[in-house]
Amino acid sequence: MPRFATVLFLAGFAFLLFSLTLTLGFGEPPMRAGQGVLDQAVAGTGAANAVSAVLLGFRGLDTLGELSILFAAATAGGLVLGHRRPGGDGPPAGAILQAGTRLLFPLMLVVGFYIVLHGHLTPGGGFQGGVILAAAFFLPVLAGTGAGPDHALLRVVEGLAGTVFILIGLAALWTGGVFLEPLLVDRGALHELFSAGTLPLLYLAVGLKVGAELAGLLAHMARAGGGEA
Amino acid sequence: MFWLLLGIVILMLTSAVLVLVLDNLLAALAASSVVSLALALVFVILRAPDVAMTEAAVGAGLSALILVLALRRLGLVGVGGRRVGEGDDA
Repeated sequence: MPRFATVLFLAGFAFLLFSLTLTLGFGEPPMRAGQGVLDQAVAGTGAANAVSAVLLGFRGLDTLGELSILFAAATAGGLVLGHRRPGGDGPPAGAILQAGTRLLFPLMLVVGFYIVLHGHLTPGGGFQGGVILAAAFFLPVLAGTGAGPDHALLRVVEGLAGTVFILIGLAALWTGGVFLEPLLVDRGALHELFSAGTLPLLYLAVGLKVGAELAGLLAHMARAGGGEA
Repeated sequence: MFWLLLGIVILMLTSAVLVLVLDNLLAALAASSVVSLALALVFVILRAPDVAMTEAAVGAGLSALILVLALRRLGLVGVGGRRVGEGDDA
């Protein structure tokens, strides 16, 4: 009977895929709301990147929700993995791995901060840059050449970033607007680094929070694995 | 464009099958990262660079990092780390 269920599932899945590929043109999304968003994104938020305009300008509350989900997931992961467990490390890293890690670390740091800070101008933003930052701090741990980031510092950074995000939203509410409404949109020219009002600040907060959260989660995992973090 | 996409899809399928059949767990992990990287390429072709960056950072980078840490926790991270039940050091 389980075999029958598998066949049924596969047949249904294939049918869905076929109907999707047959009815939709490749690369031509059938959405109608997109044009309206594109028309208003740049003028309404001052962000040259329309995706950032939607994520932080039009749907800032959703981004806050995503941050809370990530926070809950990281907390739950830390809770589950909280027990210290003795275990052996792998073999020591070779010269190529160590040198490569030392070369990659500053590079990834720069790329991560670049992606976070230019989120309102170019593709990317807080989430992507934050992930890259978290990964940068964990290359040395994986390669066995250094310790991970300090856990207390991570907690401070994470809390501060979350607070700043909500405070900016409250400031928008205070000035008579809507919670998390983009402020000071008209300051600075389009396509400049200092433009789009509070959007870059929000993205910086998102990037630091995501980076600190993921780094904390990875630190928990590395410690639980008997690593040197 | 069609042939490029076909090549990427074949690469993705090959890597996905490799994840299942490779004995070395670290190699299987690298193959799963290749799937994500190729998918990021498809997203670029579809003109969604934001999604492509997320896929490359999370799918290829972070999930591989988490899986490596999980392998280390299980004590399978050595160069000869084999699947449980097949090797001698599982």
